[in-house]
Amino acid sequence: MTTAIPVSSMTKRLSALGRAREFGILLALALVIIAATTNNSNFLFSPDGWRDLLLTPSILVLVAVGQAIVLITRNVDLSVGSVMGLTAYLTGRLFIDVPGIPIVIVVVAAVVFGALLGLINGALVAFAKVPAMVITLGTLYAYRGINVLWTGSDRVNASDMPKDFLALGTGQLVGIPILTIVALIVLAGAAWYMKNTRGGREYYAIGSDPAAAELYGLRVTRRVLTAFVVSGALAGLAGVFYAARYGTINSQAGAGWELDAVGAAVIGGVAITGGIGSVWGAAIGAVLLLTINRALPILGIPDFWQRAVVGLLIIGAIVLDRVLAVRQKRRLIEARDKS
Amino acid sequence: MTAATTTATTRVIRDFDKPLWRRVLLTREMAIVALLVLVVIVSASTVRGFGQPITLTYLLLDIAPILLIALPMTLVMITGEIDLSVGSMVGLSSVVTGALVQGGIPFEVAALAALLVGLVGGAFNGFLVTVVGLPSLAVTIGTLALFRGLAVGLLGTAAVTEFPEFWTDLAKAKLAGTTIPVVMIPFLLLLVGFILLLHYTPFGRGVYAIGLSKDAARFSGVHVERTKFILFVLSGVVAAFAGVFYTLRYGSARGDNATGLELQVIAAVVLGGVSVFGGRGKIYGVVAAALLIGSLASALRLMNVTSDVINIITGALLVVSVVAASFLAWLQKTRRRPGRPSTGATPTAS
Repeated sequence: MTTAIPVSSMTKRLSALGRAREFGILLALALVIIAATTNNSNFLFSPDGWRDLLLTPSILVLVAVGQAIVLITRNVDLSVGSVMGLTAYLTGRLFIDVPGIPIVIVVVAAVVFGALLGLINGALVAFAKVPAMVITLGTLYAYRGINVLWTGSDRVNASDMPKDFLALGTGQLVGIPILTIVALIVLAGAAWYMKNTRGGREYYAIGSDPAAAELYGLRVTRRVLTAFVVSGALAGLAGVFYAARYGTINSQAGAGWELDAVGAAVIGGVAITGGIGSVWGAAIGAVLLLTINRALPILGIPDFWQRAVVGLLIIGAIVLDRVLAVRQKRRLIEARDKS
Repeated sequence: MTAATTTATTRVIRDFDKPLWRRVLLTREMAIVALLVLVVIVSASTVRGFGQPITLTYLLLDIAPILLIALPMTLVMITGEIDLSVGSMVGLSSVVTGALVQGGIPFEVAALAALLVGLVGGAFNGFLVTVVGLPSLAVTIGTLALFRGLAVGLLGTAAVTEFPEFWTDLAKAKLAGTTIPVVMIPFLLLLVGFILLLHYTPFGRGVYAIGLSKDAARFSGVHVERTKFILFVLSGVVAAFAGVFYTLRYGSARGDNATGLELQVIAAVVLGGVSVFGGRGKIYGVVAAALLIGSLASALRLMNVTSDVINIITGALLVVSVVAASFLAWLQKTRRRPGRPSTGATPTAS
């Protein structure tokens, strides 16, 4: 028996924060920003630097949050990049084909379209009981192919879209980019749901042990389906943002983003084997990934090496997770042997 | 995972109460072979130019990297692991060859160095998966970025295009009197090697055993870690070899060579009947699937359909094939139910 030492709840919370996996990644992010800022103060302390720091990762944060939810249920969604491409082109197409269409309707249409594409993934995974990797690899190709058929060599340019919409992509509200605010709201909502609600905890239960979750009476099929719909909807929203932020959309928009999204989640401590991690972690991972990309040239490393650094980061993160898991297991065994 | 493993085991064991002809003919692999034959016959009779010998040459040259890498990938995936880093390894090996040749080193030595890089890269994957004990999906997403990053970092946006003519000609050459490219010789050698390894050696039986149940395999004396390590090394070396071929075939070493190739390889392997959960699959199914994708692609190209339609077809084939397999299994289960109250008990009963 251990003697209870009175500890204030504040200290307890602080030490829990220090031990959290997300804290480490946040620390790494802070280090990168500090290092880049000491080399060139414009990285943080200039209106443009501040804006880019917040704006650049916003779109990936959305996709990474959706990916994290899918990963937590022990599935994976490789089709997010293709979903983004399709919804980004849909956005442009709607503005061209329906002159004067309200922006809100376009955003809703893109999100619903993304959710529908996610529903196809989810239905195939949940009802056909086929591994998500195979299904979403298939839809990665299929969605991108449909995109190419639809777009052809066509391209949507900034001049095809209303100014108000493009202003969304770069505009700010009290010094914070609008896209960042939207991403933060989505993130906070998802984080609260995953941490505090019965539904959110069921995702973790399913990911930890699908068979046990099924036996326990959880509606595994419905939850997995929902996870894919959410991931699709968020990729759809990311597609709209992509159109607003970059202005030009061709048939390859969003190509390769699936690996960035999985990478961001893994860096942020979401286990690819399911049941572990948080959407906060995935979001911070996304910010770290893109901030490092921008910081490297400032630190004097040619930006050709970006992907190599990202690779090292991913490997470093999973090795760290493994070490932490092994250490915790040993501690638990010791605690059991003592009692 | 455990649930999936049990169903895989059940399926394999249950197969033996069927008559021999059904076991041989009504398989996933045979369906792919039949589809391949059908596509070739229909294309040859309806698509102008498909019947010409030159079509075969380009078809084989185009899919040679996929065919090569699919061989070790089949074994890796039968153990239930995956290697997503192969496309990046092709790029890295291509860049290493190019950079060394540019630096004045003879091509033969440069190519050997590239193979060595493949060996080291594969061993790195294998080390992280078997010794450190990390999931291969996560590890190889990391090395996918790492290898590609090294490739792009080494050459930047530059491209090396000066290679000895003897070798670039050889890569595109045809076997005397035929329209089959020379690269098919190393491929056939590797094919025979991998078929023998997988289907006729204790090592190969171990590969299946690991995929069906890692623990059972270990208790039966299979060296689980050593087997997986060897497979990742093989995957790296073969990918590096494909990289050298890729460089010669297109006469250019660039950092972004073969981007996304890993997904095409995995699509072919899965379409060919290898289960992502491991424990199931045959090499001839995978080879047939790669040829099927290649034939469809070249037939469509001859019909002037944009090459990107191939993406839809690859994706749709992949989804339809797995969903159909799952649907048939479900159909079989519901049809059998009256005679046998519990399908789960079949393995112990038979």
